[in-house]
Amino acid sequence: MEKLTSPYKWGMVIDLDRCTGCGACVVACQAENNVGICEKQEIAEGRNMHWLRIERFWVGEYPDVRVRFLPVMCQHCQDAPCEPVCPVYASYHNPDGLNGQVYNRCVGTRYCGNNCPYAVRVFNFYPHEWPKPLDNQLSPDITVRARGVMEKCSFCIQRIRRAKEESSAEGRTIQDGEIQPACAQTCPAEAMTFGNLADPASRAARLARSPRRFHLLEHLGTHPSVVYLKGGGREHV
Amino acid sequence: MSEPPVTTKSVSQVNDELLSSLRPPTLGWYLLAFFLGAVVACGLAAFTWQMMNGMYVTGKNRPVMWGFYITGFVFWVGLSHSGTMVSSILRLSRAHWRRPILRAAEAMTVFCITVAGLFPLIHLGRNWTFFYMIPYPNQRGLWPNFRSPLLWDMTAITAYIIGSTLFLYLGLLPDLAVVRDRTTGWRHKVYAVLAMGWRGSAREWSIYHKASTLMAALIIPVAVSVHSIVAWDFAVTVVPGWHSTIFPPYFVIGAILSGVAAVITLMIIIRKIFRLEEYLTPLHFDNMGKLLLVISLLWTYAYFVEVHITWYAHEPIEWEVFSFLSSNYTPQLLIMLVGNSLLPIIFLCFRKMRRSIGVMLMVSLWVNVAMFIERFLIIVPTLSHKNMPFAWGTYSPSLVETLVNLAALAGFALLFTLFAKFFPIVALSDVRELELREAKVPMGRARLSSIAGKE
Repeated sequence: MEKLTSPYKWGMVIDLDRCTGCGACVVACQAENNVGICEKQEIAEGRNMHWLRIERFWVGEYPDVRVRFLPVMCQHCQDAPCEPVCPVYASYHNPDGLNGQVYNRCVGTRYCGNNCPYAVRVFNFYPHEWPKPLDNQLSPDITVRARGVMEKCSFCIQRIRRAKEESSAEGRTIQDGEIQPACAQTCPAEAMTFGNLADPASRAARLARSPRRFHLLEHLGTHPSVVYLKGGGREHV
Repeated sequence: MSEPPVTTKSVSQVNDELLSSLRPPTLGWYLLAFFLGAVVACGLAAFTWQMMNGMYVTGKNRPVMWGFYITGFVFWVGLSHSGTMVSSILRLSRAHWRRPILRAAEAMTVFCITVAGLFPLIHLGRNWTFFYMIPYPNQRGLWPNFRSPLLWDMTAITAYIIGSTLFLYLGLLPDLAVVRDRTTGWRHKVYAVLAMGWRGSAREWSIYHKASTLMAALIIPVAVSVHSIVAWDFAVTVVPGWHSTIFPPYFVIGAILSGVAAVITLMIIIRKIFRLEEYLTPLHFDNMGKLLLVISLLWTYAYFVEVHITWYAHEPIEWEVFSFLSSNYTPQLLIMLVGNSLLPIIFLCFRKMRRSIGVMLMVSLWVNVAMFIERFLIIVPTLSHKNMPFAWGTYSPSLVETLVNLAALAGFALLFTLFAKFFPIVALSDVRELELREAKVPMGRARLSSIAGKE
């Protein structure tokens, strides 16, 4: 285990056995993070801006067809392929184990997007606008990204920052459950659990030790901070 | 008294013929330059359009974040390998037949790498912030990321532009002095500055020979490194189909293949336009044909190894990329294999074919079309089918991207046309040196080899 320079290592556990594929997390993410509103054409061209997507897979042959859902956002890899390839350090690793993105520094080589095995980095192909009254919904905590830059899930870093400020003002560390990214907060099935993986007692860390755990594309050795849970005797569901 | 060395032509006649390209431009030249300039202007307009509107005017999307621009980049970097490599290898191996070719080849290198260097800037999402990638001291204490292959690219390309320009200029010096002595007025003044006071003394020639041999030896590692680094753009990633250890040598071989083919095409064009049939003989095409044959065999071997190992391992994610490529891009794949392997190997085995200008033109053009497709097939199908099947996509180039690529071709041709009009396009002093070395000098009744002898 590498030496941690921070008491936190943020991570998320997603229980696929709980996920219903309702898509509430996608909407919450869009609302929280000033994610660009895409037109129909933009989405048809494969240029949608979602930081979080629900992958839907059909399993089996009719009539015995099952559907499986897989919410995929930035995996905040400990050995992130996107980081070393950025020529300007727009993609960087922060001490909390988050994979950060500096929008103002990004020149738009899109190299990180190519090298991301999870294809979760979205590029502002179009300039995005928030027609009235949608502009009232923009969060003041977050930059509105210009066209030509990369963006992606930040684990709602604005919420983490706010909690850090509050806790340090009170002279304590952040409590388990104090921070919830918009997706986890919204999930009606409580499939998403966010927490500090460096604290073995946190709920996320306990869930991450489950025998049902796996990482996406584990063979690549990217060491993601997002842990998926699947199995539990319900493989065929 | 010794007579002048026996040559069929007088010195000034040879000079006249080899410098024929410097005569005042004809209407045809103006038309050509205007046409090429117009195409470049179209490309510039397309690029401006892209900069004003956003990257959506290209065909790129998620997951295919790179497309025609990077294809163009790799292609032009590849082409730039011709000149310097061909010229310096032949110089070091003392292949005398190189002499009439080398100037065109070296100039081509400089212009190709210049064109290539523009693509990474054109393809940026925010072109106006390109200077973030340059390591310059700034108040914010920010420094570019030297772990990124794009930074290696920039370093290597800058080094190559400087190196190949010096290489070209060094070879030009004695020829510029000849042109200086034959011109008057303001042209004379310009050439006098460019010739840097070259007088042709024995000391100058001795330094010149040492310097050009040294430059030839030094530029080879730079050239190899440039295309290895371009290959690393792909090989150091975790993208299936790119992450392959054979990429650097494979790319270098591919670069030399397209480069040699482009030199042959250029030789044919220059020979035709400037009527240099006496200097660019079938012997030259024969030799260049042999070179192309060898490189084509090497390319075929490298490609075979790459695909064969993937097929043998049959790692599912990697194999998906290859099967997607072969099923969705079958015509392109066939054009590529025919152009890079079948055609050169079948035709260039025969001396008669190598000496036929028509066949050589056809083969060399096809090789370069095939090499462009090869670059495209490395980049686009691979990105289309990466690790996550849910995020698969497709790509087709937009009008803007096509226009910019056409403008790159026209820009290269324009630079070359201008160069040929203002600078000696055949290495005059090298050609004359060979003639003198080979000439028999009369001594009494006998004719003896020149004391200069072979190198």
